[in-house]
Amino acid sequence: MSAISIKNLTYVYSKKTPYEKKALDNVSLQIEEGEFVGLVGATGSGKSTLIQHFNGLIRKQEGEVVVDGLDASKKKSLKNLRFRVGMVFQYPEYQLFEDTVAKDVAFGPKNMKLPKDEIDRRVRRAMEVVGLPYDEFAGRSPFELSGGEKRRAAIAGVIAMEPRILVLDEPVAGLDPAGRREILELILKLKAEVSPTVVMVSHYMDDLAETASRIVALKDGRIVADGTPEEVFGDREKAAEAGLDLPTAAKIVDALAARGISLEKTVVTRRALVNGLVKYRKDKSDGNTKAGDENV
Amino acid sequence: MFKDIAFGQYYPVDSVIHRLDARIKLVLTVMFVVAIFFVNTYFGFMLTAAFLLLVILLARLPMLSVLKSVRAVLFIVVFAAVINLFMINEGTVLWSWKSLHITDTAVHTTIKMTLRLVLLISGASLLSLTTTPVEISDGMESLMKPLKFIKVPVHDIAMIMSIALRFIPTLFEETGKIVSAQKARGASFDTGGLIARAKALLPVLIPLFVNSFRRADELAFAMDARCYNATDKRTKMKVMKLRVADVIAFFVVTAFFVAILLDRYYFVGALDKLMFGGLV
Repeated sequence: MSAISIKNLTYVYSKKTPYEKKALDNVSLQIEEGEFVGLVGATGSGKSTLIQHFNGLIRKQEGEVVVDGLDASKKKSLKNLRFRVGMVFQYPEYQLFEDTVAKDVAFGPKNMKLPKDEIDRRVRRAMEVVGLPYDEFAGRSPFELSGGEKRRAAIAGVIAMEPRILVLDEPVAGLDPAGRREILELILKLKAEVSPTVVMVSHYMDDLAETASRIVALKDGRIVADGTPEEVFGDREKAAEAGLDLPTAAKIVDALAARGISLEKTVVTRRALVNGLVKYRKDKSDGNTKAGDENV
Repeated sequence: MFKDIAFGQYYPVDSVIHRLDARIKLVLTVMFVVAIFFVNTYFGFMLTAAFLLLVILLARLPMLSVLKSVRAVLFIVVFAAVINLFMINEGTVLWSWKSLHITDTAVHTTIKMTLRLVLLISGASLLSLTTTPVEISDGMESLMKPLKFIKVPVHDIAMIMSIALRFIPTLFEETGKIVSAQKARGASFDTGGLIARAKALLPVLIPLFVNSFRRADELAFAMDARCYNATDKRTKMKVMKLRVADVIAFFVVTAFFVAILLDRYYFVGALDKLMFGGLV
């Protein structure tokens, strides 16, 4: 059973008005449990519309959405669905509302009608996982935290529901490089410890190349690329057609190729780039020694 | 749940009505609203409806967009109609059950009042459907200019108004986002009793207020950074000018107003008798 299964999904905003806009156009997508999917695409390409179908915040108009075995179009399964799919929106810190961090994190589990000690356990665990030690932060007001802390508190509020699937909409938007790295590391940690399936919307190709196991690109409401980062970014023509920017490592590969140093096109991460360069130098010096041997 | 509140949202098409000067449209809307309160014959209502229909056609608006504004106040209209129907006790009794009576006067008053409300809302919504919020507040500012002589800060009021109008869609969008986020955490807004529902709104209202203050603060900074101050010497990017169409519109509405007054004070319902005979 796929974690998320979408078939022929089409969605139109403001039907029959001058504001009419087709956000999704016959999209089909299967996401398996354990995958880390990076969702990319320009503003207005339908990413947000797509992910809001995952937990029934947007009800499907045409097509089929089955998440974790639950039909997302059934009203009865909606609540359950929302607890299984944790959704972290853009700038989640703007949704904090309680007077203490612990109370805010407990909002989701409380809505799940869990027993009190289970709520406490989950709040503690969620706060520890995101790096806000319970004893230090539980009683503080979420409004007096720093920007990065606020965002982590908001993420804790989602993962306290211990969802099977975690969906994040631009989780690093507006953060400085250090904050960005922290959040990315946190997401990988969450994937390992709490939610085995992750879908992340991002505009940072570097982040996606480093973290995602699969890239899905949307353009004008259609899927235009789907595969591992190596496959998607490795095919430069297709990537350009899909309107994708390249990860820095791939850009360096291209710049090196222009100087006559050719590496594999499937190099998309820092580590692969370093390995590729080391291998290149080794091959070259081996070649040189060989050539030198001949000279002697 | 917050989707349908957009009362009379600007409908972007190009038409004679859309192009009219905002000041003229404001004045004419007020005239129309006043005129409606003088209407008290069926002939008058027919005339008003025909006039509205003409404007809607000229403005190239779909009927649905106008009716949507009526839907927003449907509850008030129905409530007022029911109260009127049972509370008026003059005239001959047509139907009665226990202590409830319906008289012929009540029926007529109810029909007329309902028509009046529906036409009033439709007419007023035409202004916002065909005029952008910025044009409306510019028009208001221009019309309020004489108040400057009694030291009313007209420009500041207009500025506050346009900022408020400008942020209505932003706030709606923001509300939608927060609602989605809290729903994603399992919040429900349509179950439970009145108190439960009011409580359920807190997770939406608190972030909304916090964000509004933050936004107001940022806007004030941005305006300050561009040396904004409300001096008298500010010029307009779009200078409003009256055109022939504006004058024609003014005369058409005036003619309508006069017709309504004539119907009420000169014919005194004679046209109704002529058209509907014994029914009225």
